[in-house]
Parts: sequence; C-alpha cells; structure tokens
Amino acid sequence: MSFPWAKHYEPKQPLMRWLDEKLPLPRLVYNSIGAGYPVPRNLNYWWNFGVLAGVALVCQIITGVVLAMHYAPNALVAFGSTEHIMRDVNGGWFLRYAHANGASMFLFVVYVHIARGLYYGSYKAPREMVWLLGVVIFLLMMATAFMGYVLPWGQMSFWGAQVITGFFSAIPGVGETIRVWLLGGFAPDNAALNRFFSLHYLLPFVIAGVIILHIWALHIPGSNNPTGVDVKGEQDTVPFHPYYTAKDGVGVGAFFLVFALLVFFAPNLLGHPDNYIEANPLSTPAHIVPEWYFLPFYAILKSFTFNFLWIPAKLWGVLAMFGSILLLFFLPWLDSSPVRSASYRPKYRVFLGVLLLDVLVLGYVGGAEPIARNVIMGQIASMYYFAHFLIILPWISRSERPLPLPTSITEAVLAKHGETAHAEPALAH
Amino acid sequence: MVRTIALLIGAAFVAALGFALFGTIKTAITDPAPESAEHVFHVHPEDIGLKSAGLLGKFDLQQVQRGFQVYKEVCSACHSLKYVHFRDLTKIGYSAGQVKAIAEAWVIEQPTINPETGEAATRKNVPADPFPSPFANEIAARAANNNALPPDLSLITKAREDGSNYVHALLMGYRDQPAELVKDFPGSKTPKGLHYNPAFANLNIAMPPPLTQDGQITYADGTKATKDQMARDVAAFLTWSAEPNLESRHGAGLATVVFLAIFLFLVWGAYQNVWRDQKH
Repeated sequence: MSFPWAKHYEPKQPLMRWLDEKLPLPRLVYNSIGAGYPVPRNLNYWWNFGVLAGVALVCQIITGVVLAMHYAPNALVAFGSTEHIMRDVNGGWFLRYAHANGASMFLFVVYVHIARGLYYGSYKAPREMVWLLGVVIFLLMMATAFMGYVLPWGQMSFWGAQVITGFFSAIPGVGETIRVWLLGGFAPDNAALNRFFSLHYLLPFVIAGVIILHIWALHIPGSNNPTGVDVKGEQDTVPFHPYYTAKDGVGVGAFFLVFALLVFFAPNLLGHPDNYIEANPLSTPAHIVPEWYFLPFYAILKSFTFNFLWIPAKLWGVLAMFGSILLLFFLPWLDSSPVRSASYRPKYRVFLGVLLLDVLVLGYVGGAEPIARNVIMGQIASMYYFAHFLIILPWISRSERPLPLPTSITEAVLAKHGETAHAEPALAH
Repeated sequence: MVRTIALLIGAAFVAALGFALFGTIKTAITDPAPESAEHVFHVHPEDIGLKSAGLLGKFDLQQVQRGFQVYKEVCSACHSLKYVHFRDLTKIGYSAGQVKAIAEAWVIEQPTINPETGEAATRKNVPADPFPSPFANEIAARAANNNALPPDLSLITKAREDGSNYVHALLMGYRDQPAELVKDFPGSKTPKGLHYNPAFANLNIAMPPPLTQDGQITYADGTKATKDQMARDVAAFLTWSAEPNLESRHGAGLATVVFLAIFLFLVWGAYQNVWRDQKH
C-alpha cells in the first residue's frame, strides 16, 4: 500500500512511541490522511468534494444524534415533536434546519464527487473497487435521506413514503405482500414510522463503515489526478499533509459558507410547503414530489407511461429507476478506453457534457407538472440517459482516438507553467 | 459479454421509452388536455413587503401585535393556533403581566378534567397553555363549518407557497365569479356554500370572507383598520407564529457568515503559503 517514497511515521514523544507499540492508530491516520500518503501534485478543486462529503456526514450525524434526543417517532406526536424542536428546544431550529439542509449539502457534494469521477475516469482500473463502494454509499445515502424525510410526518413525508414503498408492489405476484411486510401495514403508519426512524439512525453508521472501505480501497492504487496518468515517481506527488489538508481547508471553508447561507437565510428554499401540513391519509396533495436530489430518478420513473411488450408501464418505470443507478456498478467494464481523463477524450467529453445537461433536464421534469410537453422532454432525456451508459459509452470507448497524453504528471504541470521537465529538476523540494 | 448484455438492456429501455414517447405525442395531438379554469383564473399573490421578509428582516412588533388582535377578534372563532403558547406572546412585545391577562381573558377555555368528578371540564388559560382550539375535535369543527375543516394557523405561512403574501392575497381575494369564467368553463361555476376567490388554488374556498368591512375591529394603537390593513397585519402575525425565531436566526446568520468569510480568507492564505514553492 502506497508508494516506496512515502514518509514513515516516527513518533518522537515517549507517549506516542508507547501508543504506537500498543495500538498504532496515529500511524494509521498518518498513513491515510497525514504526511505518509503521497498524492499527485496536480489535483484541482474538484478533488475537494470527497473530503466535503465526509464533513457533511459528520455534520449530519452530530445534528441528527441531538435531534433524536428531542424527536418522538410516533405517528400521533411526530409532527408536534418536530414543532416542539423548532419552537421550544434551545437552538432547536438551528439543529433541524442544519440537518434538513445538511442532507441537501451532502447529496450535492456527492453528486459533484460522482461527476468528477465520471469526467476524470476515476472508476477505471485500478480503482474499480473504489467506484463500486462509492455506488454502495450512494444507494445507502438515498435510502437514509428518504427515510429521514418521512420522520417529520408532514404531508410530503407520508405521501412520499406511500409512493416509494408502492414501487415494491410493481413486482409481479408477490409485490403487494412485500410492500405490506416492509411497511408493517397497508399504508404508512406508526409501524412504518418507527422502523424508518430505527433504520435512519442505523444507516449513517453503515455509510461511515463503507466510507472507511472506500478510502482503504483508494489508498491501494493512490488517488487519480486530472491527467489520468499514473504516478511515475516522487516528483509527481506531494504529501497529503500539509498540502492537501490546506487545500481541503479552503473547500471546507467555502462549504460551510454556502451551508450557513442556506440554513440561516433560506432554510425552507429546498423544502416543500406541504411538509408543514401534518400527514393526513385522507387528503392527497395536488403534486407529490420528492426532494430535489431524487427528481432525476423520479422523472425516469414517470417517463414510462405506456405498457410495452408484456411488461406493465409501472414495472418498466420501477425497473428503469433502479436500473439507472444499478448500471453504475458496471461502468468500469462498460467503458473500455484505456485513457482515464476526459480531457484527452474529445468525443467522450462531448457526450458527458450532454449527459450532465440531460440529468438537469430530468431534474426539472421530475419536479414539473406532468403536462404533455414535460412528459415528452422527460422521455427523450430518459432515453439519452440509458443510451449514454449502455450503448454510446461502450461504443465510443472503442472508436474514439484519444489526444496525446503527457508522459508524466510533472510534465503536464510544467507544460501548464510553460516550462519543460529539464528546466527545473529539483521540483519536489 | 457485459457490453452485449448492456446493449440489449439499453435497447429495451430505449424501445420502451420510444414507444411511450410515440404514445404521448399521439395523445397530445389527438386528445389534448383541456385548459382548466384554475389554470386561467388563479392569481399569484402580490408582494406586501413585510419587514420580516428579506435577508436580515426583523418583525415590525407593532404590526405583529395588531395582527394578533385580528387573530383574536376574527380568526380565532374558527381557527386553532395549537403550536403557539400564550407565553410566546412575550416575544412580540407584551409584558408577562399582559400575557397573563390575555390568557385569563381568552374566551375559549382550556380543556381539563374536573379533579373531583373526573369529568371533562374547562378552566381559564394560563401563559403556559397553547392557544385552545375553538372546536372540541374535527367532527365538531366540520359540523359547524358546512363540512369544511378550518386549518390550524400556526404554520400556515410556511405551509403555503409564498405564504405571507398568500394570506393577504386570500383575505383580499373574495369577489363575484367573473362572467367569462362561467361562460368558458360552465362546469366550474362556484358550488353553493363555497366562495369564489382566485387566490385560492382551486378558486372556490369554503371559508366565507372573514374581513367584511373597514373598521371591523378597533386597533389598540389607533391605526385605521381598513380591510387591507387588517389583512397585512394578520399576515405579519402569522409569519411570526410560523417562524418565531426568525430574528435570532437572521442575527446568528450574519455573525456566522462574517466569521466564515474571515475563516475562508485565512485558510486560503494558509493554502497559498503551504503551496508557495510547489508548482501544481
């Protein structure tokens, strides 16, 4: 694990030496996120988002644990206990707004993190396992976020739970039985709310565990970089600390600034007014929409409006929605191009840009009224989404002619500064 | 192998979507969705410029107190305010003594149990009580209101799109149904027992106009109680009741943002310093 020139942990204090012999935890930290981890010198700010996702998870766990001290997971009082937190608990409004908007911040930085991986080919060999674990984390996050949204027991909580658990009833034959079993009743009620609360408290720690595996798997080949070219020698890397701790610090500062603006000045911007109405099984909201971060997938679900072959439209929609995420597991093998970075892949770069726009269109359609114009837009955008990953990407990764790659990271860095590798040999010092 | 399976699955999804797309376009041409009366006649609320709106907005406590008077003398006859307590009124400028007097004089009493007989009873309100509901339960509320349920108002400005402006627009929105609406959409005539109000999502609201004339109430601070003034004031009060911590949120926000801006500047400086000898 790691490069031969990585710095070694040498405790100087007797206490630290003693600790290192009994439990080398400081050594582990030193080698993972300290000076003992050599990282390519050319990482740009897009590489901040992995650390930011970790920061967001920590914020969610801290605010969430305190919120759970005041919240009551019972359908009769859940909505009222949320209002109690907002009005009567000291700083409760801050905790709840930070937790609700923290979920949005978490999903946002993770989406950027995924997009970074897509652009720079971070999912490719030798980092397939990092990517696979990342998709697992993403799935766990989606489950956690969904169950968290149910807890305040507002109208969107209830009807969102109704719609999402309804997916399982699309399974032929046993679907309805599975749905009732999962919910603990025929509709979301106290049983569902209680198990959602239990799982919502559990899953973040599962996520934390998978994150440890994600970082472990990353440290075996080491970090990718904007050129996608492998590290060739010591001159290509810098120690993680202090170089990237300092750079990540800037990202963390910017992250908290945006986070604070949301929490203090627009805390309900990303929420839905209907969730300030207590859940009422007898009154269906005019438009049931999920939170913004699920809208693209919701648009895919809604795009299958006609039965096709022997499969009903609803089952198509559910298969497509789950498929749209599960296909990410196969990405490292769908893209066979040996070049990682899209900077050197002129055709892939264009299609990736279209995909980004496509997902934004899907997001718009997911939240918009289902009038003909929007449905048509959603169907075309969904077609592109599947075509991109399952048809275009495998084809283009064989047919495209990549641009010439720099021979090393150092060469690419120096070329950016208008120098050649020979002009400044003592670069790493 | 992976690529062949992917191609087949991709083709299946694209084909199913293509089929659905064809069907959607065909339906849109042969059987376009008719325009609805709600779509044409619904009006969005106009901005009433509350002092609490905006990044660093603060409540106009004088106005919020007037709005409380409107709630007390008009709205509270039908609408509960169950998440607000009498004690909360100290935050809009009433003294502890005034709050005690307001609670004690409140017309609707707090439900309780007779300590001797165990039977249901009522007692006078104290500051620690939430505002009592005007109806014993939902059935009683519906029975008294033509089968409509007056919603609790504690959170109403957060539970509606553009809520503060919406409350004002709704209270001022009552009018006769336009003749062209009935002409264009004969099925959308306001049903008996409902009231036409284009600020309401489906145009017909069960609540009769609550503010009927200027001077309906007499403001304690001497402000002229026009209908518009009362609608604005009660919107201000309900904005407070939905978000009573708004001012401390804005204040803490300003301090936090200033702190973080300085932090970001320092961290950026540290970053520049650490990397000064490194090309990257």
